[in-house]
Amino acid sequence: MQQFTVFMDIESSRSYIDELYSSDAVKVMEALVTLKNSVIGSNRQKSSVISQGVVPRLLQLMSEESLDPNIRLEATITIGSLAKGTPENIESLIEKGTATALVEMLKTVPLGSKLAEAALCALRSIFSHKPAPVDALPADMRLLTRLTQIAREDSQEARTSVIRVLAVWCSGTVEQEALTCAGACSAAAAMLVVPPRSVPSPSRLVPALELLAAMCFKNPNVAQVALNTRHGDKSIPELLMCLVSRDKPLVVALKAAKCLTFLQRAGALPADDSRIVFGALPCLARLCTKENTEDIRASAAEVLAYLTEVDTSLQRLAAISNHLMSSLADIVNCQSAAAKQGAFKCFASLGANDEDIRKMIIETHGLMVHVVNGLNNPDPCVSLAAVRCLHSLSRSVQQLRTTFQDHAVWKPLMQLLNDSPGPELLNVGSSTLCNLLLEFSPAKEPMLDQGAVEMLCNLTKMSDPALRLNGIWALMNMAFQAEQKVKQRILCCLGTEQMFRLLGDSDTRVIMKMLGLLRNLLSTRQHIDAIMSEYSSQVMQLVRQAVIVVLEGSYPAEVKEQALCILGNIGDGEKSKDLIMANEDVLRKLVDYLAHPESKLQEAALFVAGNLVWRGEAGAAARQQRLADLGVLRALKLLRASHHAAHLHDKVKTALAQFNEFT
Amino acid sequence: MKLRKSEMAAIGSGRGTMDSQNQVQSDTVDRLKLLYPNVNEEETPLPRAWSTKDKFSYIGLSQNNLRVHYKGGTQGPGRRPHLPYLHLRLWMYRHGKTHRDAASVRATHPIPAACGLYYFEVRIVSKGRDGYMGIGLSAHGVNMNRLPGWDKHSYGYHGDDGHSFCSSGTGQPYGPTFTTGDVIGCGVNLVDNTCFYTKNGHHLGIAFRGLPPNLYPTVGLQTPGEVVDTNFGQQPFVFDIEDMLKELRARTRVAIDEFPLPDEQGQWQQVLHRMVSTYLVHHGYCSTAQAFSRATGQPIDEDIASIKNRQRVSKLVLAGRVGEAVETTRRLWPGLLERDPDLLFLLKCRQFVEMVNGTDCEASEDGANGVATSVISHTGRPHKRSNGVAADAAEEGGGRDVDMAPAANGDHEDEALPLVKGMPGVTASVAALLPDRFEADASSQRASVERMLAFGRELYAMSQKLSQDLYHKSMLEDAFSLLAYSNPWDSPVGWQLEPVRREAVCDALNSAILESQGMQWSSPVEACVSHARSLLRRMSRAALGACAFADLSALLAR
Repeated sequence: MQQFTVFMDIESSRSYIDELYSSDAVKVMEALVTLKNSVIGSNRQKSSVISQGVVPRLLQLMSEESLDPNIRLEATITIGSLAKGTPENIESLIEKGTATALVEMLKTVPLGSKLAEAALCALRSIFSHKPAPVDALPADMRLLTRLTQIAREDSQEARTSVIRVLAVWCSGTVEQEALTCAGACSAAAAMLVVPPRSVPSPSRLVPALELLAAMCFKNPNVAQVALNTRHGDKSIPELLMCLVSRDKPLVVALKAAKCLTFLQRAGALPADDSRIVFGALPCLARLCTKENTEDIRASAAEVLAYLTEVDTSLQRLAAISNHLMSSLADIVNCQSAAAKQGAFKCFASLGANDEDIRKMIIETHGLMVHVVNGLNNPDPCVSLAAVRCLHSLSRSVQQLRTTFQDHAVWKPLMQLLNDSPGPELLNVGSSTLCNLLLEFSPAKEPMLDQGAVEMLCNLTKMSDPALRLNGIWALMNMAFQAEQKVKQRILCCLGTEQMFRLLGDSDTRVIMKMLGLLRNLLSTRQHIDAIMSEYSSQVMQLVRQAVIVVLEGSYPAEVKEQALCILGNIGDGEKSKDLIMANEDVLRKLVDYLAHPESKLQEAALFVAGNLVWRGEAGAAARQQRLADLGVLRALKLLRASHHAAHLHDKVKTALAQFNEFT
Repeated sequence: MKLRKSEMAAIGSGRGTMDSQNQVQSDTVDRLKLLYPNVNEEETPLPRAWSTKDKFSYIGLSQNNLRVHYKGGTQGPGRRPHLPYLHLRLWMYRHGKTHRDAASVRATHPIPAACGLYYFEVRIVSKGRDGYMGIGLSAHGVNMNRLPGWDKHSYGYHGDDGHSFCSSGTGQPYGPTFTTGDVIGCGVNLVDNTCFYTKNGHHLGIAFRGLPPNLYPTVGLQTPGEVVDTNFGQQPFVFDIEDMLKELRARTRVAIDEFPLPDEQGQWQQVLHRMVSTYLVHHGYCSTAQAFSRATGQPIDEDIASIKNRQRVSKLVLAGRVGEAVETTRRLWPGLLERDPDLLFLLKCRQFVEMVNGTDCEASEDGANGVATSVISHTGRPHKRSNGVAADAAEEGGGRDVDMAPAANGDHEDEALPLVKGMPGVTASVAALLPDRFEADASSQRASVERMLAFGRELYAMSQKLSQDLYHKSMLEDAFSLLAYSNPWDSPVGWQLEPVRREAVCDALNSAILESQGMQWSSPVEACVSHARSLLRRMSRAALGACAFADLSALLAR
């Protein structure tokens, strides 16, 4: 029986589908109505009709201006009905150019007509599909002005539809600016008014709030326009302030708080604005509480993370608002990836700057376990958010020593970074690694065993300067007061060639850290001599390169200081002294820098000279002779006489005292 | 006019005047009434200040008992000794180190449940030496030699560590610390029985759940120099409490709307029809009731003629023709008013007001015969007929009523200001003022004034026979006060003259007639509303805070 009906459906549909192509308007009309009635509410029928290839004909009937308006309307309604079908249905509609046809139609149909409303309704359905055919709607000012006019004046249904379409469409700076010029801000503002004593309707408010948020996102110009747009006696922020109150539907309050957040982050509102401090922030903190549904809490946490990303005072305020910490910890426990991601991001923002807040986060019951679990989450968004959270927390020295060690957070982190991570994860993850590798961090040892050195060396070869910086920075941290075998491992693994490359890096910060690494590698006597004996030629080459390139180049004084410090370190080693002494251009540079106007460079040069002339060691006399020949002695005497270098006099005297045979 | 008013007040008939003045004042000043409209302060007064009695001796109060400071004791361990400055500093340093130095104060009254959501704010004027301050709630009789939160039925949020103390000596991490300049708010949700705090207008989250009823606002201090100011709602709050009130109202509304009903009770259509029909019958909307009954098939339990009679009487009262209404009632339902002197008095009082209003003038003439046969004929008749001057009337009235009117203590012989006998507080000079309003024939004015005064005397006499309760007394005083004004409509007691005031009288009469006929004295609709109202009162007494947010009139208005 069932099969028989299906058969009948197709058979009977044949006839009226044929009549769609008839030239007789009455027959076409009848066929359209039958078609419309058959597809309403039935995805199976929609798919069947689309597969029979009627869409082009419908589009034609819809767009032909010479046709009876009623036929056009029925065709449009049918298209709209088809657009409410399965994602596959919508995709095939888009393929056949439905979105473009609808947009074309909107350029000409009279405003306020049923046809316009039906077209907008269909377009809205198509735009709610992901990805939306945004290209179908060009950033054409005349068209946009027309659309915003509809959004201001037309029927409620049409206004809501057009605003929803525009909200989806507005995805970049060009669209944001174009919509602003077309007056979309005031159109949205008009939709935000809730008449007194009426129940606010989310279906009307939410599209307008979404449009406003999409327009203001990271766009200072648009945010400024929105700030100054008024409807009636209220500006947009004031209208939003009314919508974040507790008696409004949660989704409305959430979206309104999001708009206020975007206005603030785009610089239109200061962080201490009362509408942020007493409006958006408490609203978001309240929406994060346990009483609300998971998706509301997830979105609220995400928006709150964005709101508190940079401003310390907002971070402090959020941290004490409505038990936010335990609310977030609870959201982390939720099943959905979006919830976990939102909560981790929010923790990351809150703990970005303030040590007390970090402490509060860590002390939140069972949170660290969740962070570690989050690192292992198969969803890349969740693990990225967890790494961000970890990164914020890793700025705390205390946490590095205690909690992080207890939970061995480095394990999952190393695993993530070794497991072909995305660029963003790599960036945040390696920054976190940098912090974990600080000298006092007990995680250093086990991380070495996990191949941290190799991974970091690879990072220094990346094309992204931020990654190179993180890599070399982490290596520098690792080499600080490290054991000799660690240093040797770094030297081996990084290789002199790579070191040369890094010394010539386009990013000064990378050079700085590279010099720092060299300095850390070449510290303490025993290490210097051991390393020098093993790698003398390469290291000396490196040092020459470093010193010559850096000292001659136009680098900031800090970089040059680093270079001189390396020389100083080498000059401290017993055998390595000779390596410097054999290098005349390095020694000449030293003389130059003793007379350098920058006092910290003078000081650094003095440190090198002091180490080289130290009397108690073998061959000191010969070195002193050589240095005196090159003018070091004279330079030191000048320095002693100089008034500008008064603070260095003690060190100068010590150095000169070594030369006593010559003075 | 002003002078005359104070005269009236001085004599004692100006109760209404005084009251309405108070009303005007409190409307502008008393924010608490606006915050907690459902609280009946005669039953459950609101906390408005700290109690001077319910406090530990180390606590000092000032500024209308709104400022609390730590003064230490005059004896015992906390006594502040007389010492030179440096030694005093040393004493202060040591003092307040132990919990024995803690001291609390409670507000004058516990928080009424009918507040629904109660809130107060404390501003830290000075944290003193250590800032050991606790803000919270405690039940009656909890030890005051403590900070709030340490004992059973005591709850507090402490400034030094930011912990919350829930009937325990050990706190839980709750919020930030607070210190000089901070404003700490404490809110009690009497629907959920939870408590939250705010700091400088920011909601810190729920601190306590499952609170017992009848808690008092409480603050506790422990070290010298600690001073806090309190705002029980007389000033605007830093925190936006209105936002939460709105939320709770909306929530209660939804709870009522979505309350599930068993099927057999859910037959709304039938119940509503019955209610509408009985309402129409009750108030004598005869034709409407008949039409409605035809349309819905609801039976009418009362004889149509009887409904029509009631309708006639009601119309008369509502038109202000009370005298006629009384006569008609006597004729149709003989003995009714005689059995119910209170009702008759109410009607007569209204009649007097309507005479002042000018609506009952003809009625009193027409109904003179009826009046003549009435209960008050033995005193009323001669006066009704008398056209004499005021002084005559005073003498006559005085002669008859002097025993019954001990309140009229004016000087009989004083011609400058003779009192109108039988109407305490009304001077004869009133009569001289009245003609201002009646600019027609002077003698007829005089006559009507005379009639009015005579009627007033009867009324007073009648009131003396009734049980002397406040209600009757004030009703009569209010009515007589009308005579004190050259323009009663514009006077503080002018509200009596509004036609809407007739409705209560009309209802009372209608109910009495119905009752005498063996029917319900109130309609099911009204019974339902007053049932709901008394349920709300019961809820308030049973400490169910939701009663504050069940806005009956808004629910009915839908």
